[in-house]
Amino acid sequence: MTTALSVHDLKKTYSGGFEALKGISFEVKSGDFMALLGPNGAGKSTTIGIISSLVNKTSGTISIYGEDIDRNFAAAKMNIGVVPQEFNFNQFEKVGDIVRTQAGYYGIDNPTAAQRAEKYLKLLDLWDKREERSRMLSGGMKRRLMIARALVHEPRLLILDEPTAGVDIELRRSMWTFLKELNQQGTTIILTTHYLEEAEQLCRSIAIIDHGEIIEQSSMKTFLSKLDRETFILDLGKDITTVPQLDGVRSQLLDAHTLEVEVSKQAPLNAIFAKLSALDIPVTSMRNKANRLEELFVSLVERKR
Amino acid sequence: MNWQQQFNAFSTIVRKEIRRFMRIWVQTLIPPAITIALYFVIFGELIGRRIGHIGEYSYMEYIVPGLIMMSVITNSYSNVVSSFFSTKFQRSIEEMLVSPMPNYVVIGGFVLGGVARGIAVGAIVTLLSLFFAHLSVDNIWITISMVVLTATLFSLGGFINAVYAGSFDDISIVPTFVLTPLTYLGGVFYSITMLPDFWQGVSQINPIVYMVNGFRYGILGISDINIGVAYGMVITFIVLLYAWAHWLLKYGVGIRS
Repeated sequence: MTTALSVHDLKKTYSGGFEALKGISFEVKSGDFMALLGPNGAGKSTTIGIISSLVNKTSGTISIYGEDIDRNFAAAKMNIGVVPQEFNFNQFEKVGDIVRTQAGYYGIDNPTAAQRAEKYLKLLDLWDKREERSRMLSGGMKRRLMIARALVHEPRLLILDEPTAGVDIELRRSMWTFLKELNQQGTTIILTTHYLEEAEQLCRSIAIIDHGEIIEQSSMKTFLSKLDRETFILDLGKDITTVPQLDGVRSQLLDAHTLEVEVSKQAPLNAIFAKLSALDIPVTSMRNKANRLEELFVSLVERKR
Repeated sequence: MNWQQQFNAFSTIVRKEIRRFMRIWVQTLIPPAITIALYFVIFGELIGRRIGHIGEYSYMEYIVPGLIMMSVITNSYSNVVSSFFSTKFQRSIEEMLVSPMPNYVVIGGFVLGGVARGIAVGAIVTLLSLFFAHLSVDNIWITISMVVLTATLFSLGGFINAVYAGSFDDISIVPTFVLTPLTYLGGVFYSITMLPDFWQGVSQINPIVYMVNGFRYGILGISDINIGVAYGMVITFIVLLYAWAHWLLKYGVGIRS
């Protein structure tokens, strides 16, 4: 399979001496949907900044669809679209002009730029807003505008840096659907996010970066299979004062009617319900304490510290 | 990017720049016209009548080329410095940095935008001057080429200023403390031959003297400076400032961390 992005021994030391990247290497296959995760300050945005030429690297190599970003700058950049974390368009320009202008920066002629702008503004539900100044848009619309702008030259690799930050649930889910469809049509996507549910829902592979180093890279399936224990929250139908004894299960009372149980991933849950039934403790509902990826992510990052 | 794509990118920046200063024409085109009209009234009409002639031209006729050039210089400079700094301030510079555009396309686009505004204001001021003085052009090619070269030079200057600027204060320092004094001392209102020898010598290091006199030569056919030297100076400065601007973009000074 073709490699969409290859990052090799990438280092970045900022002028103040802070070493943001300590020689990271990773690859993204063409057609993949990869989550690039990490705590705040781990080096995610620096990595994306270097790939998109917004940050100067200290050393290392990057190639996009086989084109070295230093030796064949233009060809490499033609393949990539970036949706940054912060709004970075002219607040006084019209929505349509912003998208058409970006197409022009990629050498696209006027008529084609106009067609593409129409296509992507319609896809992202912004066509009605094309004559409005961008500062008049809501936060969610501004995020969608940045996605339309990043897609207007039809890149093969799209990088999104926290695209759903501060976006309401409905819009977030519509963005997920859009990104899934885009990926199914062949666009390789790299996503950074703090919503781990989002990464688990969308991504097929994962790379975790912490303190400027890649501490994990694998497929999402392989990564999630490492989770050997899960924690559930059980809402009880009546108040209890003592923690029920459940064999092989760590449990604690969060309050009189909420029980937290930590079980082995392989262990069936039936025994727990049977025991609680025997003790005449009804369970009215059950949920994961945290989603699976979040549990693994937290344990992995904490283990490295 | 092939040449056609580069041209498309270049014309996109130029269109955007022209759209920007036309959108805010009340701020960009009208104030310079009012300022220069006041110069015509005060220096040309009221004070100029008492000064009499410089060479074979009335004082008003003598200062018209200098005032046109002054408006070209200040407007081409301020267009690029404010536009490019604004793209930095709003971070929309990132739209260009992520794209495959070569640096010379970016510089060229902004510079042509600055030249366009310089020429637009220059044309308005020229039309205004017709109300105050009889204007005949001695050599149209020297006139046009000197305006274009001067606007190019000061657009590049504005670009460099904007790259280094970290705040809105920084983009007004050079126009206030460097450009305005150099323009006023650049022979706009007088012939440098009227100065004592020492100050004539000092004036020779002021690049604006060469541009004002080059343009005056194109319009009136008179100059304090050899026209070949004037072209040489302007072209040399353009080459130097372009190299500087290109270096700044290549290494991302003030733009990339």
